[in-house]
Amino acid sequence: MASTVQEPALPDAPPEPKGSKVAHEESSGVWYPKWYWPSFAGPATIWLAIFFILPLYVVLSVAFGTSDPIFGAPLPVYEPWYWSSSSFVHVIGRFFGAAAFWQPALLRTFVFVFLASLLCLLIGFPVAYYVARYGGKHKGLYLLLLVAPFWISYLMRIFAWQSLLTSDGIVNSILRILHIAPNPIDWLSGKPITVILALVYGYIPYLILPVYAGIDRMNVSLLEAGRDLGASPWQTFRRVTLPQSKQAILAGLVIVSLPMFGDYYTNDLMGSPKTSMFGNLIDKTITQQGQGPRAGSLVLILMVILLIPMAYYLRSTRRAAEGEA
Amino acid sequence: MSEIAIERGAERSTERGSGLGRWLRNPWRRPVFLAGFTWAYLAWSILPVLIAILFSFNAGRSRSVWQGFSMRWWTGDPNDALFHDPALRQAIVQSLRLSFITMIIAVPLGTMFAIALDRWHGRPAKTANFGMLFSFVMPEIILGVSLYLLFTNLFKGFVHLGTGAQLLGLITFQLSYPVIIVRARLLTIGPEYEEAAMDLGATPGQALWRALLPLLFPAIFASFAITFADTIDDFVTVNYLASTAASQPLSVKIYSAARGSPTPAVNAAATFMLISTMMAIGVGFLIYRVFSRGQRSGEAGAGVTDFVNA
Repeated sequence: MASTVQEPALPDAPPEPKGSKVAHEESSGVWYPKWYWPSFAGPATIWLAIFFILPLYVVLSVAFGTSDPIFGAPLPVYEPWYWSSSSFVHVIGRFFGAAAFWQPALLRTFVFVFLASLLCLLIGFPVAYYVARYGGKHKGLYLLLLVAPFWISYLMRIFAWQSLLTSDGIVNSILRILHIAPNPIDWLSGKPITVILALVYGYIPYLILPVYAGIDRMNVSLLEAGRDLGASPWQTFRRVTLPQSKQAILAGLVIVSLPMFGDYYTNDLMGSPKTSMFGNLIDKTITQQGQGPRAGSLVLILMVILLIPMAYYLRSTRRAAEGEA
Repeated sequence: MSEIAIERGAERSTERGSGLGRWLRNPWRRPVFLAGFTWAYLAWSILPVLIAILFSFNAGRSRSVWQGFSMRWWTGDPNDALFHDPALRQAIVQSLRLSFITMIIAVPLGTMFAIALDRWHGRPAKTANFGMLFSFVMPEIILGVSLYLLFTNLFKGFVHLGTGAQLLGLITFQLSYPVIIVRARLLTIGPEYEEAAMDLGATPGQALWRALLPLLFPAIFASFAITFADTIDDFVTVNYLASTAASQPLSVKIYSAARGSPTPAVNAAATFMLISTMMAIGVGFLIYRVFSRGQRSGEAGAGVTDFVNA
C-alpha cells in the first residue's frame, strides 16, 4: 500500500512562513496533553538547575562565607542573611587601594584582551572578507582550512608554538638566518607580545567564522550599486560593507574576548608570573588552602565584569534567530 | 560576454594612468594582496601544528631540533613512549572513556530539550533556553571552579572528585551543542511528518519515534561527533574536577608536561588526540552524509512509509 501514499514535501524545501505553521498545528486536530512537550525539557532543565545554577549559588555562598581556621577548607554560608563580606572586601582591596597587589593583573587582563581582540579583527576580517567574496569554487577548501583549528585542541596549538619559540626553536633560527636577531630571544620568559600573539592565535578562528557568515550573507547588489554610483572601492567598503557587517564584527569580538578574560592556560604555557592575568589569579587562589572565599570572590567579580558582553551576545543571537524565523 | 565588456569598460575609463596605476584603479582586478594575506594566515594557523606532529617522530629528545625519523616516542621507547608509558596509556583510556560517556548522555538530553523548545512556546521554555545559552557563553573557568566548589562543599561526600565529577561537569558544558544543532534541523522540518503519521493512525509517541527521529538522525550524529571531539580536547573542566593522577585525561597530562620538560612523547600524545578528534568528526560526517543522501533521493518520510508498510 506504500506506493499509493503521497510522499510529503522534501525536508530541504524552504520552511513555510510562520503563520501557516500555526494554522497547521490547529488544523491537524491532534491533541497533546499540556505536559507533553514540557516533559521533554524536564531532564535537561533539571540538569542545568543542579549543575549550572546551583554551583553559581555555591560560589556566592563560598565568597560570602568563611574558612576553617585550622584546616583551611572553605566554610560556605548558604543563608544570605548570615553572609559576611569580609573576604570580598579584602579581594576588592587587592585590586584598588593601598595593598593593590593584584591591580597589575587586572589592568593587564583588560589591555591584553583588548589588544588581542583588536589583532584578531585586523587579521581575521581581511581573511573572512576574501573567502566570502572571492572564495569562488574553492570556498569549500578555504572553509575546511578555516574550521580545522576548531578540531585541533587549543592546548596542542599553544603547545606547538611553545616548541617553536624555545631558545633553540625554529623562530629564533629563522631570525638568526635572516640576520634580524643574531642572539636567540627568550620568547617564553614572560614577554607580553608572546602572550598577546598566543591569545590571537588561539582564539582567532572563533572570530573569522561569524564575520565570514556576516559578509557572506550581505547583498552583493548593494556593492555593485555603490560602484555604479561612482564610489571608489575604499568608499564602497567604508560606506556599504563595513556598516553591513557591523553586527557580525561585534558578535565576533565578544566571542573571542569572553574566553580570553577567563584564560589562564595560555599564560601558563607561554608566559610567566610577569604576564599573569585574571584567570591566573583564580587558578592560583583556588588551589591554596584557606583561600576558598577569595577564589569565590574572584569568580564573582569576573562574572560581573563579563555580564554586559554576555548579555549583549545573547541578545544579538536571539535577534538574529528571530530575524531568520 | 558581459565580463569582457565590463573589463573593456574599466580599461577605457582608466586609460590615462600608467600600467601599475591603471591596474590598481581597476575595481575588477583580482585582489592579489588579500589572497596572499589569506594564504599567509592559513599557513600561520596550520604549519605550527604540522611541525608539532612531525616532531613526535623525532629521534632525539628535543622538540625543536630535528634529529632524524623514529617511532621512538610512539612505540619504540620501552618506558617513555606514548603506548608504553603506563601513565599516558591510562590517560588515553580516561580521555576516551570520558568522551564516550559524555556523548552518550549529553546528546539525548540535548535532543529532547531541542524538541521541547521547538514545540513548546511558553515562558518557562524561554527561561530554560536562556539558561542553556548562558552556560554556552560562560567562560569555562567559571563553570569549572563553580562545579569544583559545588562538589567539594554542598555535595561533599555525595559526589567525589574524579571520573564521576568530571562526567557531570563535561555533560553540563557540552549540553548546548546538541541543543543548538538539533534545533537548527528542527526549524527546517516542521510538524507535517508527525501529523501525516498520526493521520495514518500513529500515536504521538509513535509519530515522534518513527517519523521525527529518523529525520533528526543527521543532526543527532553530527552532535555525537562534535560532543565527542570537543570533550577529548576539553581541559579546564576535567582538570579542576580530577582527583588523583589516575583520573587525568590526556589533555591534562599534556598541560602538566608542557609546563615541565616535555619530550616528543607529548607531541605524540597531542597528535593522538588530534587523530581521535578527526576520526570522530570524519565518522560523524560520513553518517551524516549517508542519512541526508537517503532523504534527498526521495525517502524523506522514510519513517512514515515504514509505518504504513508495517
